[in-house]
Amino acid sequence: MATGIVREVDLKALEKIFRGFEGKGESILIPLVQAIQAEYGFLPKEALVKASHHFRIPLSRFYGVVTFYAQFYLTPRGKHTIRCCRGTACHVRGAAKVIETVEQELGLKEGETSEDLSFSFETVACLGACALAPVVVLDERYYGQMNPEKVRVLVRQYKGASIQESSIGEENNGKAD
Amino acid sequence: MADMVELTIDGIKVRAPKGTTVLEAAREMGIVIPTLCYYPGLTPYGACRLCIVELIRGKRSSLDASCTLPVSDGMVVFTNSERVKKVRKVILELLLSTCPNSKVLQDMAANMGVTKVRFKIKDRGCILCGLCVRYCKEQMQSGGIGFVGRGTSRKVGTPFEMTPAECRNCNGCEWICPVCMRACRAGQLVEGICGGCLNVAVVETCPVCVKCSESVGPEGHRAYGK
Amino acid sequence: MARQISSPIELKTYAEEVCKKKERWEMVIAVCGGTGCSAFGSYDVRSAFTKEVEKLSLSDRVLVKMTGCHGFCEKGPVTIIYPWQYTYVSIKPEDVPEVIEKTIIKKELVDRLLYRDPVTKQRIKHNNEIPFYAHQKRLVFQHNGHLDPTSIDDYISVGGYQALAKALFEMTPEQVLVEVEKSGLRGRGGAGFPTGRKWRFCRNSPGSEKYIICNGDEGDPGAFMDRSVMEGNPHSVIEGMIIGAYAIGATKGFVYVRAEYPIAVKYTRLAIEQAHQYGLLGENILGSGFSFDIEVREGAGAFVCGEETALIASIEGKRGMPRPRPPFPAVSGLWGKPTNINNVETWANVPLIINKGADWFASIGTAESKGTKTFSLVGKINNTGIVEVPLGITLREIIYDIGGGISGGRKFKAVQTGGPSGGCIPEWLLDTPVDYERLTELGSMMGSGGMIVMDEGTCMIDVARYFMKFLSEESCGKCVPCREGIDRALDILTDITEGKGRKEDISLLEELGEVLKDGSLCGLGRTAANPVLSTIKYFRNEYEAHINEKKCPAGVCKALITFSIDEEKCKSCGKCAKVCPTKAASGKKKEPYKIDKEKCIKCGLCRESCKFGAVIVS
Ligand SMILES: Cc1cc2nc3c(=O)[nH]c(=O)nc-3n(C[C@H](O)[C@H](O)[C@H](O)COP(=O)(O)O)c2cc1C
Ligand code: SF4
Ligand code: SF4
Ligand code: SF4
Ligand code: FES
Ligand code: FES
Repeated sequence: MATGIVREVDLKALEKIFRGFEGKGESILIPLVQAIQAEYGFLPKEALVKASHHFRIPLSRFYGVVTFYAQFYLTPRGKHTIRCCRGTACHVRGAAKVIETVEQELGLKEGETSEDLSFSFETVACLGACALAPVVVLDERYYGQMNPEKVRVLVRQYKGASIQESSIGEENNGKAD
Repeated sequence: MADMVELTIDGIKVRAPKGTTVLEAAREMGIVIPTLCYYPGLTPYGACRLCIVELIRGKRSSLDASCTLPVSDGMVVFTNSERVKKVRKVILELLLSTCPNSKVLQDMAANMGVTKVRFKIKDRGCILCGLCVRYCKEQMQSGGIGFVGRGTSRKVGTPFEMTPAECRNCNGCEWICPVCMRACRAGQLVEGICGGCLNVAVVETCPVCVKCSESVGPEGHRAYGK
Repeated sequence: MARQISSPIELKTYAEEVCKKKERWEMVIAVCGGTGCSAFGSYDVRSAFTKEVEKLSLSDRVLVKMTGCHGFCEKGPVTIIYPWQYTYVSIKPEDVPEVIEKTIIKKELVDRLLYRDPVTKQRIKHNNEIPFYAHQKRLVFQHNGHLDPTSIDDYISVGGYQALAKALFEMTPEQVLVEVEKSGLRGRGGAGFPTGRKWRFCRNSPGSEKYIICNGDEGDPGAFMDRSVMEGNPHSVIEGMIIGAYAIGATKGFVYVRAEYPIAVKYTRLAIEQAHQYGLLGENILGSGFSFDIEVREGAGAFVCGEETALIASIEGKRGMPRPRPPFPAVSGLWGKPTNINNVETWANVPLIINKGADWFASIGTAESKGTKTFSLVGKINNTGIVEVPLGITLREIIYDIGGGISGGRKFKAVQTGGPSGGCIPEWLLDTPVDYERLTELGSMMGSGGMIVMDEGTCMIDVARYFMKFLSEESCGKCVPCREGIDRALDILTDITEGKGRKEDISLLEELGEVLKDGSLCGLGRTAANPVLSTIKYFRNEYEAHINEKKCPAGVCKALITFSIDEEKCKSCGKCAKVCPTKAASGKKKEPYKIDKEKCIKCGLCRESCKFGAVIVS
C-alpha cells in the first residue's frame, strides 16, 4: 500500500465543494464524499474531518460510509488504474488467470497501489461488458477477450509508457465523447 | 388505550397493542425467546436472528425475526416449532464459531442443546449485534463508534481507529456488549474506548485443551487461540 | 434552444416537424456505441465514417450517428445502413472508404462485411434475417439500433412521449393504474412482483409527498441489460417514470445508477435536462398541471444496494444496509415517505403499455408472465450479447436458436440464471419455458436477466464457490446467517475444491442452505444458497467425485488435477514449452514433449495453446 506520500489538502477547494451541499441534511453525505474524491483522487483524512465539522455529522458516519462502498479510497491512487472483472461471465471464460497474471506483472494484490503510485490494481464484480469477457479496464478504456498473454503485453506496454510518459490510452475508445 | 390487535402465539389467543412486536407480545405472555441484538429501549435491529419464529400464512409458513415483526390482526405464530429450533441451533452454532469465548453464547448453547460446532472457528471477538453502536447513538446521542466495512470484514470501530471527539467516555458500549469484546483492556485505547474501565477478565486462550465440547472444530479438539 | 412544448397538440406538430427534418437524410449510417462495440473500436469507425462523408461532401445527404447497443456484441462493431438496413459486422476503420464507395455511392453491398451464417455459410444482408435477431421479439429494445440516445428529437420522432401525453390528457391516474394492472406487467428486477399492484399500494398509502425510484443498480455479475437500456434509450425510462408518478401521485423521482456505468449516468442526466427544456419534466408538464421532477444518484459500488431498502438507505446518505420489512417502502420508504421502486426495464415497459394497450401487452407471454424480457446471453456461447424474447420461450431456443450454441464445439453443461441469487440449470431441463414460476421451481430465479452459459470445462463446485466468495464480500454483514453462514459455506466449498472435502460436507451445505433461506433478513441472504443447492441437486455426482475420489471431472480444481502430454498426439511443435511460465513443459524436436509435474503450476496455458489436443488433464 502506498504510504509516505502525503498531499497537502487544499482547503480552498473543499470550501467550494461544501458550498454546493449547504443545508440539505445528511442525505448529501454520499454525493459530498464523491465530490471530495473527484477533487483529490482519494479521500484525505483531513478533508473528512473538516467535512464532519462543517456539516455537524459525526466522523464515524463518514468513516462507516466510505468503508462500506467499494468506490471510496482512503489512500492515494496510482496514476494508472487497472481493473479486472471477476464477474460470472468473465469467471467462466478464465478471468482468474488474467487476474493472476496482472498480480504477477505488477507485484500487487487486488486493492493495492504500487509504492511509486504508478499503478492501482482492482478487481470488479462486473463491468457490464460481459459480452467481451474476460474484460480488463485500464484507465477507463475497455479491453475485451483478454487472456494471460494479451494482458501481460498490455500491462508491460503501460509500465514502459508510465516511464516514458507516452500517450497511449488517450484515445477515446470506451468513453463517450 | 392504543388500538389492539388479536393474534395467536403458540396456540394461545392474545391481544397486543398495535405497533408492538411479536417478541414483546410473547415476552408479555411469559414465553421465552432467545435474543442477542434486542435490548429494551433500543431500536430493534434484527441482526442476530436468534429470535426467529414461524409465521403461518394459510398453507404456507415462513420464518422471521420476532424482534422486528410488528403484530397484526389474525397473525398465527409459533415461537418454538421444530423448524424454528432447527434453524436457531445452526445460527447459534455459527455464532459460537465466531465468538467461542462468550459466556452468554455458551450458556445459550447449553440451554438449547448445542453440543458441537461443525464450522471452522474464526474468533472475531464480536457478533456485530450493534448494541454498542445503537447505545452510543440512541442513549448517548453521540456518534463515537460505528460500523466499518462490510461483509465478513465488517467491524465495530472508531473512525481512523482513534477515539473521536464525540465519545463521552460513558463506557456504555463496553457495558452492553454480550460477548465482552468492548470490555476495556486498559491502555489499549483502540479496543476499548475510554480506557477507564478495569473489567479485564477476557479469556482468550485455553491453557491446555481439556477436550470440552466447544472446542470441537473441523480439525477436532483444540485449545482456543492456539 | 429551450423550447417548451405546452400541449399534446404541440407535441404532435413538433414530432411531425422532426420527422420532416429527418427526411432530408437519404441514408443513415448507424454505428453501435455500446460498451461492447466501443471496446472493439466503434468510435474510430464512427470518426472514419464522418471524415469520409465530409471528404466526399455527402454530409447533407448522409447522416452518421452513434446509437445504443444493438445487442450483437459478439460481432462488434455493428453498423447498420438505413434505409435498407444493411448490417455490417466486425467492421474496421480501414473498411470505411470501401463501404462509402460501394454502399453509399453505388448502392452495392460489401459482401465480406456481412454476417455469415455459421451453418449455411450464407452471407446475410439484413439484421432481421440474422438468426440472432430473427428469433427475438424486441419491444424495449426496438429503437436501440437507430436512436441517438443523446437526442430527444430522435426519440420524439419515433413516437416518444406520446404515451405521456395520452396518460396525462386522456386518462385519469386510476385509469393508468388499471391499465398497468390489466397488462400483467411484473417487475423485471428479480422477484417479479406485479407492478400495478405495487403502484396501488403506494398510491393508497396516506401522505401527500411520495417518491418513485428507478433501480439501475444492476449488480448481478453477467448482466448488462439495464445498462443497455439506459445507454441506448434513456428517454423511454424517463417517460415511464413520469407516467408512473402520475398514476401513483408522486412528486419526485430518483434514478439510482451504479457508478460503474458512467455513460448511463451521463445519458440519463442529459435526457432529464432535455426533457426539462421541452417542458416534459418539471412544473406543469405539457400544460397539464401535473408537476414532477427526477434526480440521478450514483451508486458507490455495493451489490446489496440493489435491494430496495438498502438502496433507499444509500440515497439517504447512509451505509447501504437492508432493513426488515414491514414496513414496506410503499408505506414508509425514502425519508419515511411512501416510495415505489421499480427496475429500469419495468419502467421502460410502461410507455409501451400505455401506447398499445394492456390487451396487446397481455397477449405476449404466458398465463402468468406477460410481455418480453431482456437477457444478457454470455459465457461459453457463440453469439454473446443482449436478447429480448417473449416470456415462455424455452431455454433451448434462447441458447441454440438465438445464441448459436456452445462455442468451440464443446458440450453444454449448465446455464446460470438469476445472478448470485439464481441457480444452475442442467441440459435435461433446457426445454423449460422461461417464466418467473418455472425458473423458481427449478431452484433458480429470473433475476434481472443474466444468462451465463457454461460448458463441460466448467467445474460446478468451482462455480458454487465463486458465488459464495462473491456474496461473502458483497453481503452487508448485518445478520448472522448471511455473514457467517456464507463464509462457512465458502470454507467448506474451498475445502472440497482442494481435495479436503469430507463425506458429511454435502449435507452440512444443504443444512446451511436451509438456514440461509429461512433465517436471513433480506433477499441477498435468503437466496444466497441457490447456487450451492442447485448444483448439489443437479450435479451431485461432481461433488461426490471431488469428495470421494478427489477428482475434478472438469479439470479445473488445481489441487485435484495433473497435466501430462499424450505421446501419440504430440507433434513436437514446442508451443507448450513456449507458453509455459515455469518451463515445466519441455522437449526436443521429433520427440514427444513432457511436463515436469514438480514445476507445473497448473495454469493450463499449455492446454490452451496445443493445437493437437495433446495436453491431457486428469
Ligand atoms: C441482493 C439484491 C440485489 C438486487 N439487485 C437488484 C438490481 O441490481 N436491480 C434491480 O432492478 N433490482 C434488484 N433487486 C430487486 C429489488 O430489491 C427490487 O425488488 C426491484 O428493484 C423492484 O423492481 P421491480 O418490481 O420492477 O422488479 C435486488 C434484490 C436483492 C435482494
Ligand atoms: S462490540 Fe459487543 S455490543 Fe458491539 S456489536 Fe460487537 S458484540 Fe455487539
Ligand atoms: S441477509 Fe445478508 S445482505 Fe441481507 S441484511 Fe442480512 S447480512 Fe445484510
Ligand atoms: S503438447 Fe502440443 S503444443 Fe506441446 S509440444 Fe506437443 S504438440 Fe506441441
Ligand atoms: S462479468 Fe465481467 S464484465 Fe460482466
Ligand atoms: S434479537 Fe431479533 S434478531 Fe437479534
